Amino acid sequence: MEDLTKLAVEAAREAGAAYADARYVRTREEQTSTRSGKVESLAATESRGIGVRVLADGAWGFAATSDLSRSAIVEAARLAVRIGRASATTKKADVALADCDPAVDSVTAEVKEDPFEVPLEERISLLLDCDRLMVQAANPAVREGHLRFVREEQHFASSEGASIYQEFTETGAGIECTAVGEGETQTRSYPGSHGGQMATRGWEMVEELDLPAHAEEVAREATELLEAPHFPSGEADLIMDGNQLALQVHESCGHPIELDRVLGTEASYAGTSFLTPDKLTSGFRYGSEHVNMTADATLSGGLGSFAYDDEGVPGQRTDIVKEGIFCGYLTSRETALKIGQRASNGTMRADGWDALPLIRMTNINLEPGSWTLDEMIRDMGEGYLLRSNSSWSIDDKRLNFQFGAEIAYRIEGGAITGVVRNPTYTGITPQFWGSCDAVANREHWLVWGVPNCGKGEPGQAAHVGHGVSAARFRKVRVGVLENGAEPDHE
Amino acid sequence: MPAQDELIEVGRRAVELSPAEATEAVITSGANNLTRFANNTIHQNVAHADADLRVRAAFGNRVGVATTNDLSEEGVRRCVESAAEIARHQEPDEDFAGLPGPEACAEVVAECGRTARFSPEERAQAVAEIIRVAERDGLNAFGAFATGPQTFAVVNSNGVAVAQGFATADVNVTMSGATSSGRATCTDADVARVDAGQIGERAARKAVESADPIAIEPGDYTVVLEEDAVGDLVGFLGYMGFGGKAFVEGRSFMYGKLGERVCGENITIYDDGLDPGFFPIPFDFEGQPRRKVMLIEDGIARGVVHDRVTAAKAGTASTGHATPPPGAWGPHPMHLKLTPGEASMEEMIASTERGLLITRFHYTNIVHPLRTEITGMTRDGTFLIKNGRLTKGVKNLRFTQSVLTALSNVEMIGRSVRVAEGCLVPALKVGSFHFSGTTEF
Repeated sequence: MEDLTKLAVEAAREAGAAYADARYVRTREEQTSTRSGKVESLAATESRGIGVRVLADGAWGFAATSDLSRSAIVEAARLAVRIGRASATTKKADVALADCDPAVDSVTAEVKEDPFEVPLEERISLLLDCDRLMVQAANPAVREGHLRFVREEQHFASSEGASIYQEFTETGAGIECTAVGEGETQTRSYPGSHGGQMATRGWEMVEELDLPAHAEEVAREATELLEAPHFPSGEADLIMDGNQLALQVHESCGHPIELDRVLGTEASYAGTSFLTPDKLTSGFRYGSEHVNMTADATLSGGLGSFAYDDEGVPGQRTDIVKEGIFCGYLTSRETALKIGQRASNGTMRADGWDALPLIRMTNINLEPGSWTLDEMIRDMGEGYLLRSNSSWSIDDKRLNFQFGAEIAYRIEGGAITGVVRNPTYTGITPQFWGSCDAVANREHWLVWGVPNCGKGEPGQAAHVGHGVSAARFRKVRVGVLENGAEPDHE
Repeated sequence: MPAQDELIEVGRRAVELSPAEATEAVITSGANNLTRFANNTIHQNVAHADADLRVRAAFGNRVGVATTNDLSEEGVRRCVESAAEIARHQEPDEDFAGLPGPEACAEVVAECGRTARFSPEERAQAVAEIIRVAERDGLNAFGAFATGPQTFAVVNSNGVAVAQGFATADVNVTMSGATSSGRATCTDADVARVDAGQIGERAARKAVESADPIAIEPGDYTVVLEEDAVGDLVGFLGYMGFGGKAFVEGRSFMYGKLGERVCGENITIYDDGLDPGFFPIPFDFEGQPRRKVMLIEDGIARGVVHDRVTAAKAGTASTGHATPPPGAWGPHPMHLKLTPGEASMEEMIASTERGLLITRFHYTNIVHPLRTEITGMTRDGTFLIKNGRLTKGVKNLRFTQSVLTALSNVEMIGRSVRVAEGCLVPALKVGSFHFSGTTEF
């Protein structure tokens, strides 16, 4: 397909583009889902096409086609130039791009065991075994199992001479169940909610997760939660781990550091950011001295890991927050120049062949601290451990947030003493991270995959990662429900 | 863009090539042409066209699904063989009721060639009108102008062969000043009815009038909800409980409530895929005719929408609301409508002693589905109403509220409806709405 991407670039240049790049993308996906004792779906999806991005008369144009004939590709390139010229009728200045050495490379992210080669029968058997274990343990009303495999091949070419082939494989897996009671439903999942875990890895990740070993606990906890005490309203100390903490990082750090968003290009849809450019050099305190955050596309196996972004810029590791002080954005070739930086840190990615690259999270991580989880609990005294995200909402500058988790474990006297249902908490981002007084060590650290990060118009879903361990937060406002408390609050 | 008969031909080819005992082909084709603007300039401007084939192949009650956007002879063949191969390895599905036969579907007039043909230059001209309004008022304009045709077709080995096309023009504008913002939107099948300049004026007026907002305490307020805010609430009701799958699994707030009062008697909500003003599609993704379904009538829970699987479990017939296979979400209402009342926006504001006017909500999410409790933020034009008049803009608030409780406290209903957040809804005045927090702007 390299010749087709070069054809698109040449056609765009002939039509008048000052700059052009083209991406051929072929995505193959297989999903296996079980629900309440039967296979709900076995589905295979394949999509391929070419997208052409151009600068014409100093403005951006983009067109994409799934018709891979040479004439259709040339037509798409010419349409992109025409669209760019239409964009230019409102321009205030020509778009400028930071320099980037054009790479010629071929990178395949290897996996130990190709998930697509695992027989369908083995996939189904694994999930139905989990279903049976959930039934035996507590027979929750709805039981689900999910396996998802993705393989993407990309050819990138630019008018600057870049020519890059990348191929990667992603694997996702998870189980969950919902117990139904009188006026109440309770869901528990493993290893996390929203489909489980996903990574740029192979079937070996599924084996490491050992889903059957956790099926009974998931079922028992969902059922136990139906009658568990309600989460209180007021102020409490919290520990959170797993994908609850990953989602917290995603919403309150990952999105507000996207420089395109900071500069207003997402304002009409997802919003802007409280992390305005003046804060980059003013020593703005984002969190406590325990909070160190990085953006790292170079991590092995993360869902936000890659060799080159969709502008052909190498994936990188960037400091975002150092000892609580904000110090870095996610940038692109266009936006880096706007804040006086000379080069992009390589975060432009598109959702398939038919989408324009946007600044997207890579792996946005809360770097590990020095505590073990047990030490954090013992040291805590009273409070709650929250696990598995169930609800998330945040304002359009990413300040006021409200989250819910599937389960809260009550901590009394430095030990877990029971479970509590429907935990919610709220806060203002810098105040919340400012209340962080402990972060668990690298032994607890895992890169969680988020395969549904929404952004842009038309909407795009990015696959991103978040390396987190566990973290503790003091005096958080909790139990945010209608009229301030559960109807039958105890 | 392929015509409707071309999509049906793709479906027929898939059925002919399939080795399965029963085969269904769902073909969707569309173009997405979107001009996006920010800071008073066009910054993203895209066009893409695609068509894909989704094949459901069955041997008895073993079912497999495969999808491709390669509609060449070889691509179609690979897709049907992939679906059949999956089906051969599948476990028997006792819920699979076989593929339906053909049923008469209503005739609807939905296509608008003007919208489908709207060019990048025409979109840029419309955006330039919006930017002129912004620059005149010292504001920054952000938003998108999208146009495009969509076509669906369903063909199966039992003789179903139906297709329908439609087009949409969708505009959203956010105007931003130093301390405030305002938003206006418009969705229409005919781009000729979209007045970009007028949409820009509405958004600009909100931004100007809500400048220098004051902070207010969270708590319970009377609210006047504009259509975009109402559409958000009604859409979330659809996700939380109007679908047959959640209903038969006992996860829906409608479960066990049919025939009982669930909200105020002035509230009627139904799904009508044939409404000519609401992008009608006369069939679902199984090729079954869409039927109007009364969901809540005069405050009484009446029904939910079904596909053939959930209908069989509920002991009823499909209402024509199947989603594309494999349909993990189950049936879903795509044309939710809340019936209008008799009030004007001016009357709703004038009758409010102290309350808030809400333009829209942002990042709404479910807190407790059985209690229909959701949370989200206000955004882009929140005003304090005092003594029947809009006074100041207020800083944004977080709400945490049961939708059905809000719909039990509706005091006035707007006399006109428009498409907002995918629903056809009027504005509402709600006597009490709970705000659980505030933010800094």
